[in-house]
Amino acid sequence: MTSTAQDTLGKARRPRAPGRGVPLALLAPALIGLAFLLVPLLALVVRAPWSDLPEQLTSPAVWDALRLSLVCATTATALSLVVGVPLAWLLARTDFPGRSLVRALVTLPLVLPPVVGGVALLLALGRNGVVGRWLDEWFGVTLPFTTAGVVLAETFVALPFLVISVEGTLRAADPRFEEAAATLGASRFTAFRRVTLPLIAPGVAAGAVLAWARALGEFGATITFAGNFPGRTQTMPLAVYLALQNDPAAAIALSLVLLAVSVAVLAGLRDRWTRAV
Amino acid sequence: MIRSARRLAALVLLASLGLGACSASDGDDGSSGGTVTVFAAASLKESFTELGERFEEEHPGIEVTFNFNGSDSLAAGIVGGAPADVFAAASPSTMARVTDEKLTADAPVTFARNRLAIATAPGNPHGIGSLEDLATPGLKVVLCDATVPCGAAARKALAAAGTDVTPASYEQDVKSALTKVRLGEADAAVVYRTDVRAAGDTVEGVDFPEAAQAVNDYPIARLENAPDAPAADAFVAFVTSPEGRKVLGKAGFLAP
Repeated sequence: MTSTAQDTLGKARRPRAPGRGVPLALLAPALIGLAFLLVPLLALVVRAPWSDLPEQLTSPAVWDALRLSLVCATTATALSLVVGVPLAWLLARTDFPGRSLVRALVTLPLVLPPVVGGVALLLALGRNGVVGRWLDEWFGVTLPFTTAGVVLAETFVALPFLVISVEGTLRAADPRFEEAAATLGASRFTAFRRVTLPLIAPGVAAGAVLAWARALGEFGATITFAGNFPGRTQTMPLAVYLALQNDPAAAIALSLVLLAVSVAVLAGLRDRWTRAV
Repeated sequence: MIRSARRLAALVLLASLGLGACSASDGDDGSSGGTVTVFAAASLKESFTELGERFEEEHPGIEVTFNFNGSDSLAAGIVGGAPADVFAAASPSTMARVTDEKLTADAPVTFARNRLAIATAPGNPHGIGSLEDLATPGLKVVLCDATVPCGAAARKALAAAGTDVTPASYEQDVKSALTKVRLGEADAAVVYRTDVRAAGDTVEGVDFPEAAQAVNDYPIARLENAPDAPAADAFVAFVTSPEGRKVLGKAGFLAP
């Protein structure tokens, strides 16, 4: 099959509205929406201090913040995968009383303002927190103002994205494959590991990308729970926010870096992304 | 997947509705007459809230709304076009960012001054008596970021004391520095004396001599684009009046 034939086939499969033209009532709001999303990003590029950019971007402070952001977002994503995939499986494949309530609670951090999440984390895991007090007393571990605190704050806001995405994929996946594996003598865990996991891999990847992106951009919970110290808890969004106060040019330069990283990640995962969604 | 995508879309819609509601009410505040919108330094929260109430009592029909935040972020907002009528900053340098853009109606007036103090947990469990004590290893200290006035002043005071303190965090305004002490997450914070007083029994204040070399001047100015200039001028006059001085003095501010 030639590529043109493939294209025609691909197009033919898409449902089309009767009539050829796009109704203005749909086109106008769609274009406004598109412009609304793109104009601010374009403004960032247009107003960038291009001549100072090399100088801005080679400062060690920028690299500290970027390195910290990447390390923390990736660790938070890994943590989210470790606990999020099993949680999604529990929600999708088992039946227990109050399951819909649990699912609602899992998605709560999605709608909760991140600053509130940060305050909640302080009250739970802070040095005087409900749990944090014992961590400090028994293990001498205090989480606020540490890089581990940044990772936890990011995990708190990123985990729901992963759980929702993976649970959706699990529900769409045919459970009969697992049942077949079970009839062949596989334990439920083996079936999950050898059958389900490969089946839902694209959904897991999509969820991981969502979670990673959310963690990378996390600001409110981080500054509230982990504070702000260069190289230790000052991630890119915090650096952008503080730079904006007295050096807008630096803030724009930092924002461009974040924008470039986000675009690079989305471009790199484009195939997987489109297949999964 | 489709169901969960739908649910996600519903969530996004919900969130955007919330945003819309917020911005709609903001717009109302800015456009309606008889309203004075005051951008004021975080350290002015308690005293200006009281001043606002008294001002409203004496000027029926005028409503005062406040935006308390770090002075630097307020200045950045005003330069960026935020709808403010009056700006009260915690340092001349943050005010200068607004006057440099010629956004004030008149030259700013200094209406109060403030001294730093160390805030500790009640009872001062770590026995902190001076700035030097903040350098004790293992002590969790938070400072304001150097971009905010309280951070700039703290830096000056530490330099005067010849002490180098590595804080646990550089907070974005003085109130969040204080909060870390109130929650017990930090052992000490360098804040303003007025913040210590406003916090009541929840923290203990420790004065230190170097604070005298890092006293902050607080300037206030009406902004050029204030829609209701007479009302905004009246508020500025009220803050600098003897009655205003009295409220500020009660909060622990020094006379200009």
